[in-house]
Amino acid sequence: MIRVMLPAHLQTLARVGCEVSVDVDGRPTLGSVLDALETSYPVLRGTIREHDTLKRRPYLRFFACEQDLSHDAPDTPLPDAVVRGVEPFLVVGAMAGG
Amino acid sequence: MSSVRVLVGTRKGAFILASDGARKSWSVNGPHFAGWEIYHVKGSPADPNRLYASQSSGWFGQVIQRSNDGGKTWEPVGNKFIYDGVPGTHQWYDGTPHPWEFARVWHLEPSLSDPDTIYAGIQDAALFRSTDGGQNWQELSGLRKHQTGASWQPGAGGLCLHTILIDPSNPKRMFVAISAAGAFRTEDGGETWTPINKGLRSEGIPNPTAEVGHCVHRIAQHRSQPNTLFMQKHWDVMRSDDGGSSWREVSGNLPTDFGFVVDVHTHEPETIYVVPIKSDSEHFPPDGKLRVYRSRSGGQQWEALTNGLPQKDCYVNVLRDAMAVDSVDSCGIYFGTTGGQVYASSDAGESWSAIVRDLPAVLSVEVQTLP
Repeated sequence: MIRVMLPAHLQTLARVGCEVSVDVDGRPTLGSVLDALETSYPVLRGTIREHDTLKRRPYLRFFACEQDLSHDAPDTPLPDAVVRGVEPFLVVGAMAGG
Repeated sequence: MSSVRVLVGTRKGAFILASDGARKSWSVNGPHFAGWEIYHVKGSPADPNRLYASQSSGWFGQVIQRSNDGGKTWEPVGNKFIYDGVPGTHQWYDGTPHPWEFARVWHLEPSLSDPDTIYAGIQDAALFRSTDGGQNWQELSGLRKHQTGASWQPGAGGLCLHTILIDPSNPKRMFVAISAAGAFRTEDGGETWTPINKGLRSEGIPNPTAEVGHCVHRIAQHRSQPNTLFMQKHWDVMRSDDGGSSWREVSGNLPTDFGFVVDVHTHEPETIYVVPIKSDSEHFPPDGKLRVYRSRSGGQQWEALTNGLPQKDCYVNVLRDAMAVDSVDSCGIYFGTTGGQVYASSDAGESWSAIVRDLPAVLSVEVQTLP
């Protein structure tokens, strides 16, 4: 099980708390965790990654284990601590005022 | 006695304002979708409990919400707006080619007869349709693929399709408006489109009378006279009596003919309303006085309606989708401001009062008249 933490607006949209867990077949990667997240919560499709291209939306970042994974390729394996469920995978909205 | 429900989209959520037919006492329900930009909320004429809302965010993109109980509860539906085929380019602000990119849904227009059929006007300008209650969206790409499409340029707010009118006498006939491409008409349900901008004059483009390139802010129509259209252009209030094939200016004695909204009295097809705004560089009312102007002659002769509206130190704007009229016997007029007020008149504009004063900036106002 991969723990995923979501920003507040996506929690509301998906009607979940700040953290959800998703199952991933095989070695979890950045892309496969997001695939699993969108499969479990279809309402999140298009809100984290663009439809079709699956490009990360520009004002979102992916963090884990104090690393910024935002620019990593989708097939990048997630850190062991995330795979073991010790650390969460974070979807983070850019801070901005207004 | 009928009742009314006012659907308000704001920069930070949606609000539903409700009253009985007297329209003196109001309930305020919201915010729905708190923190998100709600460009538009609109109900189905065929089923008033079916509402649709365009919810968007710079962070999380587009969501479409649907309600089957008049806005008490909502469910997200489809948010996949993919252009038909290889999108190609339109012109960017500097005149260079720029790829068509989906940004948001500006306007939702439900079918007049089927609650599950709805049209969406988007940025970058295109028209989409759903026939399954908003779950799936298909582009009516004949509009964007019009031979002039590659030359369309955005206005300051983006290249947005913000107005969709369905002819009540012929649902295959529709009108749309795009900033800053102009107005277009289809006679075949959206397959093919004709620019309808003859008679418009826009000094801000190289050829002021060009076929396309006009910054049309809003078009309105009375259901009993589908060939008569009223337009608030960037500058100029215009009128057409031949379904948009030609236009003439009816700005008349307005203090300024810049503005965003225009609407038509429900029971008087020659009574129209605008809110003059000082200029395109000063987006607030002239002299700090918020005045609705009414013409009872279909334009040219205008009177200021001020009773109950602030007549000093008022520097708000009224955006293009932020005026609506109800169908109560004594026609109600509603508009919202960027200062967060929603003003209502239950006597066709003679007197006004604020339903609410401190909402986030209002982007859109629609009203439903319920049995």
